[in-house]
Amino acid sequence: MSEVMIDTGNYIAAKAAVLCKPDVVAAYPITPQTTLVEGIAKYLATGEYKGEYICVESEHSAMAACIGASATGVRTFTGTSSHGLLLMHEMLHWASLARLPVIMCNINRVVGPGWNIWADENDSISQRDTGWIQFYCSSNQEIFDTVIQSFKLGEHEKISLPVMISYNAFILSHTSMPVYLTDQKDVDAFLPKRKPKWKLDPDNPITFGNIILPAEYEKVRFDMQKSHEYAKKLIPEISKEWKQRFGRYHGDLLEFYKCDGADYILLSMGAIGAESKVAVDNLRKEGLKVGLARVRCFRPFPREEIQKLSKKAGLIVIDRNISPGMEGALFTEVKASLYGYTDAKVYGFIAGLGGKDVPFGDIEKMCKKVVNSKAKHLEWFGLKGV
Amino acid sequence: MAIKDLPVEECYIPGCAACPGCPATMALRVVYKALGRNTVKIIPACCTAVIESLHPHTSFDIPTMNIAFEAAAAGASGVEAGFRMQGKTDITVVAWAGDGGTYDIGIQALSGALERNTNFIYICYNNEIYSNTGIQRSGATPYGAWTTTTVTGKTEFRKEMGEIIQAHHIPYAAQTCIAYPEDLFKKLQKAKSIHGPKYVEIMAPCPPGWRFPMEKTVEMGTMAVETGAWALYEVENDKVTFNGRSKLILEGKIERKPIEDWIKYQGRFRHLFKPKKDIKRIKAIEDHIDQMWERYRKCYQ
Repeated sequence: MSEVMIDTGNYIAAKAAVLCKPDVVAAYPITPQTTLVEGIAKYLATGEYKGEYICVESEHSAMAACIGASATGVRTFTGTSSHGLLLMHEMLHWASLARLPVIMCNINRVVGPGWNIWADENDSISQRDTGWIQFYCSSNQEIFDTVIQSFKLGEHEKISLPVMISYNAFILSHTSMPVYLTDQKDVDAFLPKRKPKWKLDPDNPITFGNIILPAEYEKVRFDMQKSHEYAKKLIPEISKEWKQRFGRYHGDLLEFYKCDGADYILLSMGAIGAESKVAVDNLRKEGLKVGLARVRCFRPFPREEIQKLSKKAGLIVIDRNISPGMEGALFTEVKASLYGYTDAKVYGFIAGLGGKDVPFGDIEKMCKKVVNSKAKHLEWFGLKGV
Repeated sequence: MAIKDLPVEECYIPGCAACPGCPATMALRVVYKALGRNTVKIIPACCTAVIESLHPHTSFDIPTMNIAFEAAAAGASGVEAGFRMQGKTDITVVAWAGDGGTYDIGIQALSGALERNTNFIYICYNNEIYSNTGIQRSGATPYGAWTTTTVTGKTEFRKEMGEIIQAHHIPYAAQTCIAYPEDLFKKLQKAKSIHGPKYVEIMAPCPPGWRFPMEKTVEMGTMAVETGAWALYEVENDKVTFNGRSKLILEGKIERKPIEDWIKYQGRFRHLFKPKKDIKRIKAIEDHIDQMWERYRKCYQ
């Protein structure tokens, strides 16, 4: 029987990261990520973490330092949130184009102004095109498992990409839940040593990142795309191996919940994804055939699986983000996936911006609006006073 | 030591894409000779990102990683930590940046790395402009100089990076100049022998940026020192020692040459001489240098 740790999402993430033995952690504090880096500092003080912890002077430098360390061939980890993630933006591209598997937790928090520290996914959604693999977790157990899985995924020889594990501010980052831990020896057995594709080495003096002409650069982008496509195969394999070894499973790119025979399938992410399960249970009790496909992995995007869902059911998408001038990002991506494949109905809701609570009752109301043919194509749920 | 006594081995190999007369390439040859092959270099956006040649070629025979403009010192912090975690503590980690990447956009990361006591050498080759982007003003551009963004001459004086670095109280900091390769070589060898953060700044006169003939690079460097516009000194654990001609100027053993002797050969100051001599602005430059030396004498003599 595994040991159980009852703690907040951030401390659980710190525990998972330390079990993966990163050689270098470079981080800068930002609410609500602080307890994650404090957790690692605590493990450094107790000797449980034996790597190097660089307390840098900004998030930009945090990512630059992780990139520098990763380029020497070692394992790296960091964490950030909101404005910190945005300050890293340039270096997020740098990490992925340099094919360096930096692993990072991002605690989804509102972007200012005005200052607001609650949950909102616009921070990481706005980093969608940086080439990072993006997971969204819905429980502390999933955070723990996904952090460890992400090292295996990002460092895989056919991937060599950085991975961002996002989870909602406070709802997960500061909420204690019981989590089954994996023993150090089991993590060691699951996670192979990193074998870098390239590294800085005086015995093999290469120059990395110098001027590259268009035809060569295009190949770099194509290769990155190929790795994202390969990740779609590898993520289910890693999830399966994790389940076989430790009996825990949170889905592959999507997590399906009561989708059999569903007339409508709800697509949501993060903490709203967890709340959606309760909503689906209640709707099913009322005889409404609604299921859930929680989007666990946003990049690569589960296009093919969503296409399959659309053959069986209408789709309801909830976004805790907004691309101003368009709509929620998940809503756009879901519809784009279906183009030329089906003409399934897709309904979108914007909910929970600025950290507004999205309880299961609200999710049930959104679903009922669709089921009762009262939903518009896109709706800002619960928006008042405008 | 004389130039002929420098190591023969070259880590700066043929195929570079520098302008003729480029001071950065002159400095790099000496830097590699001083630091040897067991060195790793991190370079942000700067002329050297072009000089190093096109992928898949390189003109450097030591491992080199390019990084974003403001990130050289932070990237080097990571590289140093990565090597240390592998027990490779004998590798010299060098960040090599221009004055734009040092005085301006990279100053935060540099200050952070110095404060964290990162064991690396930060080298700034200072050509007093954003030369790679086509000669725009930087925080290192001197008063009165033309650039494409100071068309009638810069109206502010440069910041004193040496004094900013000294405020970090690092084990070793030095100012040198491409016209004095032995001085550069010795200072880098000393930097290499010291643990902790080291900062070396190299005055690097840029022919296209300063508007002088390409064969005059060394002469422009010599004159920068002889006029006192640039000082050669080193700081070991807060103890400042002036070197070469700068030492003689500091001690009053020789007079520094008038600034006109230097700036009249540079097209970037042409508007101070034509159509008529701008005595006021030339005097302002001269006075500023006098003030700098007064400060040096007060603090370091």
